[in-house]
This record gives sequence, C-alpha cells and structure tokens, in this order.
Amino acid sequence: MAQPLVKKDDDRDDEADYSPFLGIEKGAVLQEARVFNDPQLDARRCSQVITKLLYLLNQGETFTKAEATGVFFAVTKLFQSRDIGLRRMVYLMIKEISPSADEVIIVTSSLMKDMNSRTDMYRANAIRVLCRITDGTLLTQIERYLKQAIVDKNPVVASAALVSGIHLLQTNPEIVKRWSNEVQEAVQSKAALVQFHALGLLHQIRQNDRLAVSKLVTSLTKGAVRSPLAQCLLIRYTSQVIRESGVNNQTGDRPFYDYLENCLRHKAEMVIFEAARAITELTNVTTRELTPAITVLQLFLSSSKPVLRFAAVRTLNKVAMTHPMAVTNCNIDMESLISDQNRSIATLAITTLLKTGNESSVDRLMKQITNFMSDIADEFKIVVVEAIRSLCLKFPLKFRSLMNFLSNILREEGGFEYKKAIVDSIVILIRDIPDAKEGGLLHLCEFIEDCEFTYLSTQILHFLGNEGPKTSDPSKYIRYIYNRVILENATVRASAVSTLAKFGAMVDSLKPRIFVLLRRCLFDNDDEVRDRATLYLNTLGDGSVAETDKEVKEFLFGPLDIPLTNMETSLKNYIQDPLEEPFDINSVPKEVKSQPLAEKKATGKKPTGLGAPPAAPTSAADAYEKLLSSIPEFAAFGKLFKSSAPVELTEAETEYAVNVVKHIFDSHVVFQYNCTNTIPEQLLENVTVIVDASEAEEFSEVGTKPLRSLPYDTPAQTFVAFEKPEGVPAAGKFSNVLRFTVKEVDTSTGEPEDDGVEDEYQLEDFEVVAADYILKVGVSNFKNAWESMVPETERVDEYGLGPRESLAEAVNAVINLLGMQPCEGTEVVQSNSRSHTCLLSGVYIGNVKVLVRLSFGIDGAKEVAMKLAVRSEDVIVSDAIHEIVASG
Amino acid sequence: MILLDLCPSVKNILLLDSEGKRVAAKYFSDDWPTNNSKEAFEKTVFTKTQKTNARTEADIIMFENNIVVYKFVQDLHFYVTGGEDENELILATVLQGFFDAVGILLRGNVDKKEALENLDLILMCLDEVVDGGIVLETDANSIAGKVASHGIDSGAPLSEQTISQALATAREHFTRSLLR
Repeated sequence: MAQPLVKKDDDRDDEADYSPFLGIEKGAVLQEARVFNDPQLDARRCSQVITKLLYLLNQGETFTKAEATGVFFAVTKLFQSRDIGLRRMVYLMIKEISPSADEVIIVTSSLMKDMNSRTDMYRANAIRVLCRITDGTLLTQIERYLKQAIVDKNPVVASAALVSGIHLLQTNPEIVKRWSNEVQEAVQSKAALVQFHALGLLHQIRQNDRLAVSKLVTSLTKGAVRSPLAQCLLIRYTSQVIRESGVNNQTGDRPFYDYLENCLRHKAEMVIFEAARAITELTNVTTRELTPAITVLQLFLSSSKPVLRFAAVRTLNKVAMTHPMAVTNCNIDMESLISDQNRSIATLAITTLLKTGNESSVDRLMKQITNFMSDIADEFKIVVVEAIRSLCLKFPLKFRSLMNFLSNILREEGGFEYKKAIVDSIVILIRDIPDAKEGGLLHLCEFIEDCEFTYLSTQILHFLGNEGPKTSDPSKYIRYIYNRVILENATVRASAVSTLAKFGAMVDSLKPRIFVLLRRCLFDNDDEVRDRATLYLNTLGDGSVAETDKEVKEFLFGPLDIPLTNMETSLKNYIQDPLEEPFDINSVPKEVKSQPLAEKKATGKKPTGLGAPPAAPTSAADAYEKLLSSIPEFAAFGKLFKSSAPVELTEAETEYAVNVVKHIFDSHVVFQYNCTNTIPEQLLENVTVIVDASEAEEFSEVGTKPLRSLPYDTPAQTFVAFEKPEGVPAAGKFSNVLRFTVKEVDTSTGEPEDDGVEDEYQLEDFEVVAADYILKVGVSNFKNAWESMVPETERVDEYGLGPRESLAEAVNAVINLLGMQPCEGTEVVQSNSRSHTCLLSGVYIGNVKVLVRLSFGIDGAKEVAMKLAVRSEDVIVSDAIHEIVASG
Repeated sequence: MILLDLCPSVKNILLLDSEGKRVAAKYFSDDWPTNNSKEAFEKTVFTKTQKTNARTEADIIMFENNIVVYKFVQDLHFYVTGGEDENELILATVLQGFFDAVGILLRGNVDKKEALENLDLILMCLDEVVDGGIVLETDANSIAGKVASHGIDSGAPLSEQTISQALATAREHFTRSLLR
C-alpha cells in the first residue's frame, strides 16, 4: 500500500508544486475584477476572479477600505447574472468583505429578492448573508420573512433562518425573542438539524427564565428529540436544570437522572458520551449514579477510534480526582493504553492510574512510567510529574521510590518548565514529608552542580539556606554551595553567598569556616557578590554593628511583610520624583491588592452598558490616596488606612449609576460616591448625596464636597466626610439620597438649557462594617508569624455556623466577614473534604497585626462548626475579632 | 460567543498542506485576532500532529485549552478545533462530514493540487459545514449536495458523478419538484 503512494509523490515533484494561484498578486487580481462591470457577463470568468479574491483573503491578505469598497460595488453588479454557481460565490464574497452599514443598503434589495426566490438555495443563502451583514433597523423590515423561513418546509432554509437567529440574538435580542412561536414549531421538525438549531435558539431565548427552561426540558426529555446533536444539546440543558434544582431530599433521587441514564443507551456515540460526561459532572454524584456512566466509558477505552479513547480517558481522569474508587474497575484497560500511539491518551491513562492506584501498585507503575517518559514531549512529562507529586503526598511511605524517580528524571534532558515542575515537586515533598528532607536536599544539590537555569539555581540555593541549617549535618551542603561561588555566573554567586551566610548565622559551629569562605568572596569581580559578602561579614561577624543576634537575623533573613508589587510601584514613584530624603520602606502600603479578582468579576459579568462603574484603576489605593490628599477639606485627616472596593448603590442600567468607596482614616471616614449619568438628554448640576446616619450613632457628618456638574457618560465623584471615635471600628448603616439640579440638553448641539429643576433620586443603603477596618496583609510564612506572636494574646472560641450549602461556602463567608488575607492558599477547600483549616492575616486599625486560624468541620446534615483562634499584637484586638464573628 | 457556551461550537476549520501551509481556513472565534496569530496556531497544530498517523481514523490532540481533531489524506491535512470543554465526538463528526464532503466534491482525488484547482468548492463546503461557529450540517452527502447542485460543474454529465453525489442531486431535484 505504501509503495504506490511514494511513487506518486515522486512523480509529483517533477511538476514542482504546481498551483493555480502561483505568483498571484493582489493588484493584478483587483484589475481583473473589472470583468464584473462588463455588460456581457462571463459567469465562469467572474467566478474564477472571485475565487482568486477569496484565496487572497484566505491567505491573510487584507484589502484597504477603498479596495474593499471597490470590490464590493463591483460584486453587487453580479446579481444581474442568473448563474447559480456565480451567485453562490457572490454570497461568499459579500460575507467575507462584511460591508459597512451604508454599503449594505446597496445589496439589501437584491438579497431580499433572493430571500423570496423559489430556489431553496437562494433563500437559505440570502438569509444567512443578509443576517450576517444587517443591523437592527433593517431587521424589522425582513423580520416577517425570517419568521416564515423558520417554519419553511425546506430544512436548509429553516436551518439558515434559525442559525441566523442565534447570531442575531446577541445583537438584537428583543426582535428575535418575538419569534418564539415559530421556533417552538421548528423544534418539532422532522429534519434532524432543524430540530437541533431550533432547540439551540429556543433555549437561548428563554435562558433567563428558569421555569421556562425547566418546562422545555421536561417536555422534550419525554422522547421528542431525534437528532443526535439536538440530543446532546438537551443533555446539556438537562444538567443545567439539575444543577439548579438540586437533589430531592426525601427520596435521594435526582430529577432527570433517568433521562441521562437512558441516553447512555442511545445509538449515537456522541450522545452516549455527552450523557456519561454529564453524569460524572453532577454535583455530589453518588457511586450508584456514576456506575453506569463509568461502564460505557470503559467500553470506549478499547475502541479503535482514537477520538473515542481520548474522550473516555479524559473524562475518567477527571472523575479519578474526586472518585478514584469508581474508576479502579477500568485499571486494566487503562494500563493497556499506556502504550497508545496517541501520547495524549497515554499520558491521561498514566495520570489516571497514578490517581487510582493503591500503595502496593506504586512500584510496578513507576517501572512502567520510566520507560514511557523517554518518548513523550515535555508538556506531557509535566503532567506526569504533577501526578507523581500528589501520589507521593497520598502515600508518604512510598516517598523513596517516587523521590528516586524524580531525581532520575531531573538528571535527564529537559526544558525549563519541565525542570521547574520537578524541582517544585521535590521542594513540596521535602516540606511535607520530614523523612524525605535530607535525601531530597542532596538531590537538589546534585542538580545545581549541573544546572543551566539561573532561576532554578537561585531558587534552590534560597531553599537550601532555609532548610539546610536545620538538618542533622549541615556541613555536608557547604561544598555544593561554595562550588557555585567558584563556578557560576554572578546572579547565582550572589545567591550562593547569601545561602552561605544563612548557614553561618544559624549554625554556630560552622560560623568560623563560613567566614573564611565569605572573605574569599570579597575579591569577586562582581559588585553584588562583594557587597553581599561585606554586608554579611560585618553584620554577623564579631565586630558586629547591630545590637543583638536576633535582630541581625531578623534584618538579614526575616520575611518582607510588604507585597512586592506595592514595593515596586512605590520605588518607581520615588525614582520618578526623587526627594532629598532617602526612601522609607514604611511608606509602602501593606494592603494586598485584590485587583485580579475584581477584574475577573468584571469580565465575567455581562457588560452593563453605560451604567457600568468605571473599572477601578490598576493601583486603586495609590489613586485614592492622591485624589483624597488633593482635596483640602480632607487633607487634615491624616494617612489613609484603607479604601474599600466600590459598593453599587443602584441597579444596573438605571438612569444614574452610583457606587460608593469607603475610605477609612484614623478618626474619620470619607465616602466617595462615583456617579455616572446615563441619560444623554440631561446635565446634572450641584450633585450631592444626602446621607442619613441615624442608624450609625458613632458617626457625625463634618463636611461634603458637592459635584458641580455631571454631564452624560462622564463619571465624577462627590464626597461626604464623617467623624468617628479615634481608632475604634465603629459600624453603622447609612441611607442615601442623590440630590441634584437637572437641566435638559439639546442632543444635537450639546447645549444645556438655562433653567434647571431640583430633583432627588433614592439610592440604596450601605453599611460600614468591621471588615472595613482590617487591611488584607499577607504573611509569607504563617507558622513562623504565628509562633512569633505572644501566646498570651491568643483567644480561642468555638462557633456553630448552622446548616451551610457547603464547607467552601462557609469558609468564604467567614473570610469575607473578616476581610482578611488568606495565607498559603488555605482559602481553597478540597471539594469533598469534611474539615478544613484556613489561615488569615491582616492589620487592624491602629496598625495592629492580627493572625487568625480557623478550623472548620461539617457533618452529614451540613451543619458547620468552627473553631476560631486569634493572635495579635494587642489582646483587645483579639477580642474584637471574636466580637466580629460572634455578631456576624 | 459568551452566550453560546452551551451550544456545541467550532472554533476553526483548517485545511493545510504537507508543509503546514494554509490551503483554506475558516476561523469562527476571536481567539486568533490577527493573521499572525492564526499562522502561529496553524504552525503549532501542524508540528504537533505531523508525526502522527491519522489516515485511517481521525486522531485528536489537546493543547492551549483547545481540542483539535484531525485527519490526513495524501498531502492534505484536515483539522477541526473546539474549546477544551467541547464534546470530542461532535468535533469528530464535523471533521468527518467536512472530510467526506470534500472527498465527494473532488471525486476521490483528494490532494492539494485538486483542492486548489477547485478552491471554490472547498470554500463553499466550509461555508455549508459551520456558520459562525454553529454546526450547520454534518452529513457529507447533504453538504456536498448543497455545494455541487450549484457548483460550476453542475452541468457535468451524471456518469461522471459519484453514486452518492448522483443520489444527492437526485434527491435535491425530487424534493424541489415536490415542494413546488
């Protein structure tokens, strides 16, 4: 079979890659397009020219605006021709050029004629083209035809109208929603694809109406759907309904589960798979529910089709993360997949096995993997390394063989990402498995002897400096570290010097020897290396400049309790505008900016149009501080302690969009109201917010700063300031009314009228809560920080949180209540764990450091109990935190 | 594309030659806004799949949060890309529909030269398989039928058509006369 093929290829070479488009040039083709204007149209020739134009566009060539317009007008002439093939090419060309609104008008009538043509192909294609290029105004004109087309007898026409409807729904929802009767009819169509498209459109029309979707699913799951694609769609809608309705608590049955299970016996593989996948993704799926799905997936594993094997193994891999036991039945099939031609399938099979394997099978599996590693790409190797890391954490007793495996692959060839994954894994294992420490550190030492990645070398040296001195025999690491000083580049040398110094500082017996080595570094040819050596020699040495040993260590090796990004911005500001005095590290704000999270939320939400609050500037805190200090009335309030995230005071898409930012000072609070006027015909003047603080007894209003004018769509601020007792976390509720003078604006000229009318607009209430007085400040090592706090400040108590949706939800609620920074990733709760410990840190008003350790437990009835331990620099603050939780 | 999250969707369909150069391509998602990013994607897809043997059965690969199913014949490489949460089998069905339809339209001579010479048919074929990311038709005969019934060569004698194509044409004529 292979023989003739090769021969044919040889023959082909003689033709030297002939292509009908060889040497094609845009200019020449544009010239050729003149044939479109001939009075006697040559359809074949015109088709060829269009093909050439499409070829150019397809190859990534772009037309200038003028060129595109030229081609578009020329192409419109071709509607005169009655040649079916040419007309088809004209449609393609128009879609490809996507003409501008004023150009669309030229072809509208031709396309509308085609939409009503007797030829089905014309109708279907004209609908698709017209809907692609049309805008809202034209849509109302053709709406009648589209509604007809949806229920057209010809499935191609109906599909064209339905698919166009799906696209149009994004831009003109109110029009498309009027078609729901026709769409409903089309769902009953006998043509497979029409049913699919109709179902897709119908669901999108109703997607915001839960009840309607639920009804739709209920009626269709009874068996009216024939097409496999429509069936897949229905499965997706069904699982959405299941997600929203939850389990029936009395019987423990899940609505629609029977439907999903029935789909597992469908004749189309795509439906079987969709159903199996839907079952595995049900929230809190039980083993009983899982079993039938796992069984069909297992059958797929031995299919001859790679796509099917891949789909099955990928799904089982996901199931193995949460329900490893349910997947163990497939282990034999999985093992045969390790040698699969498709390496993605093999990798997924291996990592699944690693998740489902028990302790006894680890060694055998490792042997298989060793053979397998040599012939897969780095990206797959990383996946395997990560799987091995979690396996090792699961079976700590097996660390020896797993650590050996990691050190072996560390010695082999590999790119940076891969090596980094291995090093990270070893570091994690050393941290979590005490027995693995010494061996693991030596593996790392060996690795840096021959490591081409500066980044990894410095990381490892830093880690060695922290962990090495605590081992039984720290001296054996010195050789490896000092070798770096001799052999490596300046960056690594500098970091090796710091590591040496750490050993010297922590291990007294090594100190004299380390000093000898450090003195040699004084002759290094790099500034940084010499500087570091000098610093360490002078601070740690006998003629030490610092007072106590502890202070020195804290100064040299203590954690930096400032977020690096804040440090960076502050330094940049300082350099831009250098002052006489030196840079003061205490001036750097300590608040961790939760910016990425806020941004995520913003993109996740549907755009709220003009009413959307202006996205908070990238360095919100800095911007706020600058803004507030520029207002003389507030300048005397002192240093800004904290600014809250904006709180919306209006619904989205109302006339005026207002949100408030709470600025907390030591003895004042300032409310910043960000206002946006979304009515083009109005200009607002003298905008103020009248605040009623009767439910906030400790606050008294001291001043307001009205907003002189608020034109359309230009956000601006007005402020109200309150005084409150100093250093006290006063809480209270504030109700607000927006008061302003409104003037009509002539939108054509943009000129406002002279007379205005006083008006008011009710805003929502908001509260100042305890969390507003706590800064999110992380600590790098929670354990150390916790132990360095005076144990006498600790306050412990237990709380019952009542029934909760899930453990994760309870943890989040407490984090939000306290407004503190979660440390070491403890805000993430494993999906089906029954207990969780969460570590929080923050700074309380008055600059008091607070650390919180939360232990949660959940029982079968979803009752959550919590133990709260607080340590802080001030006992009163520890008590205050408990008060917040007790009253929250 | 945000609202389409539940509807099966295709991100792109590619037809590359044996050196990874574009013969025809259609992108439906904004993931690759510029021609450079498109070419970079095609290059990655091509190098990652080049060594595999996807001639008898469609094969599959996952990278950069995309799933790509692909099938090769002669010096032509067919690819269909979807998001990472897409049902792999739906993508494979789309690929098979497109692949077989091209086979019918090129009358079994599926190679680069033939594809370029009949590029108009290929482009129409792409247009009939997926519309703006939504699967339009997956049945190869229907796809080819829609393209061929008004392709340039529709005047060719029936004897030159493949049986399935002839059937498609006949069905086409039949339904049309019924509906009249």
